[in-house]
Amino acid sequence: MYIGEWIDVGPIAAIPMRGARTVPVAGGEEVALFRTGDNQVFALLNRCPHKHGPLSQGIVHGHAVSCPLHNWRISLATGEALGEDRGCTPTIPVKVTGGRVLLCRASTLKAAA
Amino acid sequence: MDFQGQVVSDDDTDDAGGDPRPHLVVVGNGMAGCRAIEELLDRDPGRYRVTIFGAEPHVNYNRIMLSPVLAGEKTFEQIVINDRAWYDDNGIALVTDDPIVAIDRAERTVRARSGRTARYDKLLIATGSDPFIIPVPGKDLPGVISFRDMKDVDHMLAAADKGGDAVVIGGGLLGLEAAHGLSLRGMKVTVLHLMPTLMERQLDEAASWLLKSALEARGQTILTGADTAEIVGEDAVEGVRLKDGRLIPASLVVMAVGIRPSVALAREAGLAVGRAIQVDDHMVTSDPNVLAVGECVEHDGQVYGLVAPLWEMCRALADGLVGKPSGYRGSVTSTKLKVSGIDVFSAGEFGGGGESEDIVLRDASRGVYKRVVVRDDRIVGAVLYGDTADGNWYFDLMKKGEDISPVRDLLIFGQAFAQGGGQADPKAAVAALSDDAEICGCNGVSKGKVVATIEAGACTLDAVRATCKASASCGSCTGLVEQLLSLTLGDEYGGERVVRTLCKCTSFGHADVRREIVAQGMKSIPEVMQRMSWSTPDGCASCRPALNYYLLCAWPGEYQDDQQSRFVNERMHANIQKDGTYSVVPRMWGGITSSRELRAIADVVEKYNAPMVKVTGGQRLDIFGIRKEDLPAVWADLNAAGMVSGHAYGKSLRTVKTCVGSEWCRFGTQDSTGLGVQIERMTWGSWMPHKFKIAVSGCPRNCAEATIKDFGVVCVDSGYELHVGGNGGIKVRATDLLCKVATEQQALDYCAAFIQLYREDAHYLERTAPWIERVGLDYIKERIVEDEVGREALTARFLYSQSFSQEDPWAARAAGAEREQHAHLGEFRPLEAIAAE
Repeated sequence: MYIGEWIDVGPIAAIPMRGARTVPVAGGEEVALFRTGDNQVFALLNRCPHKHGPLSQGIVHGHAVSCPLHNWRISLATGEALGEDRGCTPTIPVKVTGGRVLLCRASTLKAAA
Repeated sequence: MDFQGQVVSDDDTDDAGGDPRPHLVVVGNGMAGCRAIEELLDRDPGRYRVTIFGAEPHVNYNRIMLSPVLAGEKTFEQIVINDRAWYDDNGIALVTDDPIVAIDRAERTVRARSGRTARYDKLLIATGSDPFIIPVPGKDLPGVISFRDMKDVDHMLAAADKGGDAVVIGGGLLGLEAAHGLSLRGMKVTVLHLMPTLMERQLDEAASWLLKSALEARGQTILTGADTAEIVGEDAVEGVRLKDGRLIPASLVVMAVGIRPSVALAREAGLAVGRAIQVDDHMVTSDPNVLAVGECVEHDGQVYGLVAPLWEMCRALADGLVGKPSGYRGSVTSTKLKVSGIDVFSAGEFGGGGESEDIVLRDASRGVYKRVVVRDDRIVGAVLYGDTADGNWYFDLMKKGEDISPVRDLLIFGQAFAQGGGQADPKAAVAALSDDAEICGCNGVSKGKVVATIEAGACTLDAVRATCKASASCGSCTGLVEQLLSLTLGDEYGGERVVRTLCKCTSFGHADVRREIVAQGMKSIPEVMQRMSWSTPDGCASCRPALNYYLLCAWPGEYQDDQQSRFVNERMHANIQKDGTYSVVPRMWGGITSSRELRAIADVVEKYNAPMVKVTGGQRLDIFGIRKEDLPAVWADLNAAGMVSGHAYGKSLRTVKTCVGSEWCRFGTQDSTGLGVQIERMTWGSWMPHKFKIAVSGCPRNCAEATIKDFGVVCVDSGYELHVGGNGGIKVRATDLLCKVATEQQALDYCAAFIQLYREDAHYLERTAPWIERVGLDYIKERIVEDEVGREALTARFLYSQSFSQEDPWAARAAGAEREQHAHLGEFRPLEAIAAE
């Protein structure tokens, strides 16, 4: 995968600890940005692999989120459903520089398309 | 000790005096500059003629030991690394109190503030960092200082002599050390920290909470989430005003919010500077004759603010200077807080979940918390609180990337345990313990006593707990007790955990947790997780909402609700639907509405294109298909017509369903609608273990279906029958008759008492029906009907709790509270790339 450019989508401080915020992608699917209790940021499509629930509205615990619709647990690092459930939500490379959250441009466009 | 004045004359620096050796000039007499020279001397003492310029009037001292000096645990003399004799013995010319202000790379000269110049063959920049001063009004007032050098310490010591209030801005490593020193010196210290938890870059929430408690116990005031607006004062500092308006008085303000690499000199000289002075693996800058080392450099995109990387950088630098280049490869860092009596260690990543696994040990009674984070059988991080003895061992294993699988079971107990005797089996390790080894620290129970208890017939965990109290308090030794059961009983003991635990994060049940929250006065989720030895860093989607509710119920008006531990509906104050939109149900008191309310609802439906409006089973209207972004505006419109949240989304009082009663109905015996409205006014807004429905029927025909509600009133000629524990859900259950009362007021009081008993007694997510079946109707009657004093106390507790919960959450959101819940973080504009690699 080619990772060339990073796009600033906002400050990390605006994502609540153990919470999430969303970023709309023009012409594509919404991206959810999660901030965990240990202050790491993860980006996934805002869509549970099960019934497409908005993961950004789930409870964040450890490096996982529980979907608000049916409580599927999704790994924030891999997007894979945890436990007995099977399914995967696309993840997007994200980094935090100088307090700003940057999304990988190419991967976001590809994942959200 | 006075190091004022110059050790060298102009001639010494400017003129080689016939010395044919290349001249190495060092800018900065701090830890990095001097360490680099030490490394150089070790390799080839005669190779360079060395001159060091320092801005401070001191010889080289250990900056990281300033905190113990401030705390009175060390003197300045004790933290000197290299005294005058070292400079003299090694022929090093030292210029103190005279910082270099300019570099002329073409001429290969440097100029100091005094005007003195020196010519160099090699120049080493080791200017370190400058404290970051937050740009708020009043930052230049006398009495506002940073915490970076001996001068700052002297300033703080002088201020502390006068006593009074000090504010430390910054709850990181440096700020907490400053606060500790000032506190020991007798000042009343308040720490202001912008983030929600202390030392958030080094510690996870559990360790951070322990640290905060310990500091508070020592008399410091710790304000987290505190954003400084300005520093106030006329001629000198008088206090700090926060953005929320609070004013904290202070005669001394210490800014310890962070450091910035000191790069101005390098930048003016035209050297390549990114986040700091850019160097290669040999610490050479963009000019081959200029090197740089320490906190002022950027290597491979990294800038370090800790001391350990210095040592590694200086080795690579010295290797390069003597023509045997080795190369610096970046550093893995660890942190230790230097506050005596509070041991904190952190290194690497300390997250949980995902690909990595946590090994956690909590010993609540000793105040010990250890977490080792493991990925692919390698340690990737560690956070230790209270017992940091093994920090270096873990750090060493982490840096070496050693496979820890052979010692994994014992890893968390530390090096001595994990490597002593090479026992890889935890059971063998327990077997090897002597009879007087302590198993349960809370109750002082030795191994011998536990074994004797088991041999005397206690063959289950509960029996051991009941008999000798081992594992009966904090529970952190439960594993050890189980191993002793297994060792003593052999195959007869198959293991057990009979208690239905709250969730997989704990071995305690709901009732244990609720009891301990009250008994131990625990007031936050991290505190419960720490004291009750949770096995996960921040719980799970089951225990977090439960703990949030239990704390809210135990400490009304005091507990700060944690929004991130709420299910989506309670966080959004609306019901999420399968397509991710929300439904909105305004409250209709007792099911009564008006033309004004109906008009407002109709307007909302049209304005926001709600695709459906439906009459609910609880006698109100549900507006479907509202987007989260539109919720505040919808609520504002409904509020304007006098309507508030119906809490149709909450583990809370839902509706009070009524029939029309004696006002209209020819069979009605009492004013059921009026009573319903009164009950709803009393109970709305209350949080419960689960949803709670009430109904009031005006006669035994029971049109309001009161006998399948959690609390139902059936009016009769002689008064009011009170029914409890009904449910119309998956498993229909008709109510049990609790009692009959004579007056409306009694009906209200009994209702409040019953709700409060349910709130205090039921497990989270347990409806009244299964709760009553579990505890028995007799118990409910005993508490509500037979115990008058107890009932009145329950009623009073409910009403007290309600005094904090009857604020319309919609009105707050409509007015702008928690706006971020309803807005996107930002936009993704693919054409604007801000950084190309």
